[in-house]
Amino acid sequence: MQDADTLKEYRKQCQQAMDDEFLRQAMDSFAKAYRSNRVKAFSGMNEKELIAEIAAAKDAAIVRLPELYEEFRVKAERAGVHVHLARTAAEANEIICLIAKEHGCRRIVKSKSMTAEETMLNHRLEADGLTVTETDLGEWIIQLRHEGPSHMVMPAIHLSRYQVAELFTDVTRKQQDSDIEKLVKVARRELRAKYIEADMGISGANFAVVETGGIGIVTNEGNARLVTTLPRVHVALCGVDKLTPTLHDALRIIKALPRNATGQAITSYVTWITGANACAAGPQGKKEYHIVFLDNGRLALARDPDFRQILRCVRCGACANVCPVYRLVGGHRMGHIYIGAIGLLLTYFFHGRDKAKNLIQNCINCGACKEVCAAGIDLPGLIKKVHARIQNEEGHPLPSVLLAKVMSNRKLFHTLLKTARWGQKPVKDGSTGYLRHLPMIFGREQNFRALPVVADQAFRDEWPAIRPQVDQPRYRVALFSGCVQDFVYPEQLKAGVKVMSGHGVAMEYPMGQSCCGLPLVMMGESKAARDVAEQNVKAMDPARCDYIVTLCASCASHLKHAYPKMLAGDPSLAEAARAFAAKIIDFSSFVSEVLGVDRNDFRPQAGQAGTAYHSPCHLCRGLGVTEAPRRLLREAGLNYVPSAEEDVCCGFGGTFSMKFPEESRELLKKKLDNVAASGAGELVTDCPGCVMQLRGGAEMRGDALRVRHIAEALAERKK
Amino acid sequence: MQATSEMADTFTGKAELVSAKVSRIKTLAEAFAYTVALCDGKEMCPLLVSGCELNLSDPSLQLCREKTGKIIAAPDLTPEQGAELRALCAARGMELIDSGLRRHLGGLDIGFTVCDLGIAETGTLVLNSASEEVRLATMVSETHVAVLPLSKLRATSYEAEPELLAFMADTPGYLAFITGASRTADIERVLALGVHGPLELHILLWEDN
Repeated sequence: MQDADTLKEYRKQCQQAMDDEFLRQAMDSFAKAYRSNRVKAFSGMNEKELIAEIAAAKDAAIVRLPELYEEFRVKAERAGVHVHLARTAAEANEIICLIAKEHGCRRIVKSKSMTAEETMLNHRLEADGLTVTETDLGEWIIQLRHEGPSHMVMPAIHLSRYQVAELFTDVTRKQQDSDIEKLVKVARRELRAKYIEADMGISGANFAVVETGGIGIVTNEGNARLVTTLPRVHVALCGVDKLTPTLHDALRIIKALPRNATGQAITSYVTWITGANACAAGPQGKKEYHIVFLDNGRLALARDPDFRQILRCVRCGACANVCPVYRLVGGHRMGHIYIGAIGLLLTYFFHGRDKAKNLIQNCINCGACKEVCAAGIDLPGLIKKVHARIQNEEGHPLPSVLLAKVMSNRKLFHTLLKTARWGQKPVKDGSTGYLRHLPMIFGREQNFRALPVVADQAFRDEWPAIRPQVDQPRYRVALFSGCVQDFVYPEQLKAGVKVMSGHGVAMEYPMGQSCCGLPLVMMGESKAARDVAEQNVKAMDPARCDYIVTLCASCASHLKHAYPKMLAGDPSLAEAARAFAAKIIDFSSFVSEVLGVDRNDFRPQAGQAGTAYHSPCHLCRGLGVTEAPRRLLREAGLNYVPSAEEDVCCGFGGTFSMKFPEESRELLKKKLDNVAASGAGELVTDCPGCVMQLRGGAEMRGDALRVRHIAEALAERKK
Repeated sequence: MQATSEMADTFTGKAELVSAKVSRIKTLAEAFAYTVALCDGKEMCPLLVSGCELNLSDPSLQLCREKTGKIIAAPDLTPEQGAELRALCAARGMELIDSGLRRHLGGLDIGFTVCDLGIAETGTLVLNSASEEVRLATMVSETHVAVLPLSKLRATSYEAEPELLAFMADTPGYLAFITGASRTADIERVLALGVHGPLELHILLWEDN
């Protein structure tokens, strides 16, 4: 549950979570196990096609929710079901309390429902004097501890067997062993007694199938079957977004949901309930059966073309399972009620700006969630959009406004960067290329990595002197440098130029180019981000080149995927943005696939210590490039040694590392530990931002690790 | 359409992956004998059902005491089939019930059902559970013995879809997909079977031609 008022307080809570040793270990082992389990579960299937089908079917349903509701209602009522539509969470709770009152219910058993967590139903029922028992084991545990879930599928993942044994000792008033199998059996028997005395069962629903007028519930424990069978009254609480036209839609989702959630081909139980069934305890032997559909902002969201894809979510929890930030801080800090990437979004739409304003910033934009989402939701993209929307609603913080002002004016921005060269003199460590100590604008918490100095000469100023002359070019290339390579690491770009030379590549460096705009997106400055996009598209005429090559993975993925979307609404730019994006290619792919650079380009060299590779988020997931850089390392004889979790974020995330230095530091530590364990003496990657983070971190730790851009490593060995 | 024997192999493999015990039978009589022998086995059908040997709260211990003998519930058999099984049970001192399962919520040893469909790709049983007794037999029992006629086996959920829709059109309805025993991994992600429903699932593939 997210209750921090300020970002500072929120950061403090995140730090406390990171200090919880058990949580950290539990999250780490889960994150590692999940990755391989998921791969196994989808093996032999066309996962991408399945996800695309789910997305398409969901999209088609989302725009028809009001009529689907009507159709469902008519069908279900014909089968003896009472159907309600609650506009708000409070209204849903009220309806359920009234049903309990009308039917004289006093004891309630519940199976897992995230929707009931959303409405905080238990609080309301208990305020009415009703006794509520959660029957999903994890939910029961957190209910007894008066906590919210820390994962959508495994709500008690933050707790140890010892904590559970202690809790069960209190509940049964008998000493309990910490053996997990025994604890589960104790729960089995204790909860059995609760089902028997209950007069009302409350369940969630994963599907409301319009063609059958029935609901589908996906569970492993089987508790939903008892909850919907034994008590004489059954209420199913269900988000309106769970309405789906056909059974086929539901069967399709079932192919992905359990695989994505827990690596299971299917859950132990899927329960399909159509109509008011036989119930020996009910009036005239029939169940008193109600379905309460919850709107709570969903119908408005369904009408919002910018955000409606959020309603595709099937609540598998995979976005949390792969999130490096969730892995650090756990579910109680990575969401309000709903958790993980989708939780950041739903918090804003269901629980309001106040609960979301800090959370929404805690996304490092690594794209791991988008890669696995069962419904293909562009989670990181939407998170940035919500952040921008919150800033538009609440007013932009001063640093963000300044950044936007400076960056959208290229000349001012570049003048400031050049001036920084003079400003940094007092803090510059002449021999190392790092700042000796951090200028006042950075807090002490930034001290986990050494920060580089601004280069003496920007790449753009060197370009006229170093530009290679090519008489009969095979390829015309425009270079897009990005700010970091232009002003901090021009040597990377120079190395890139060297690697490409000799292959008939005529290169241009259009001087009107500026920052790609990704830092602005990360800061929630969408207007300034759009303005720089326009400047870049105008500065680099796609008609004059075959490729636009960039050595920065983050720039590449932003230019390629975000520009066409950002400029789509402007008829004078839309076409140019599309043409521009189509020409974008990352350095490794260009060199490996287009130029066909191979071992003949490199000098043979013996005794190379191992080279580890960090796969930048925006290259491996943003652009789907995984093979080219590894191939180049092998071709250049760099003795590539694989290390663990190469494609997990290094913790940079641009401005993220400034905002959440504690998390950035931990992610960096994990990464460098993994590299150290590989025994490599060198680490290369495809992104200057990652280089800045990794090199600065290795320097601060005193690791004997050489961190370079892949272009530098290749250039050094070029014949 | 996949050949039945190939589907049966797929089904068996998938069901065994989720710790179901799968056997082949040729007649329903074999299924009855299997069930009675299972309950008669040394370890099976102890007087105390699972968990009742632990330090439970007083009310839960009270509920444990309600079970007094070996009980098999088979609510969806024809009268003739029921009589056949009942005779086998009586010979071994077991009780066979086909209704009134709410009186046995303290514990049942075996729930015996004949399934309506099977889905090979996931090792899933489909059981029409519109009868409350069928639901309870497959939830309250310690072990679920499910007979699946091979003629009812389908390759995928999509292939079973028309038949599933037919069941759902017959309202009110309660249709269960059952894949393996009841399971949880809610404590430290350690898998434990039998959290609410059966601890074991035995599937008897009936070669019914």
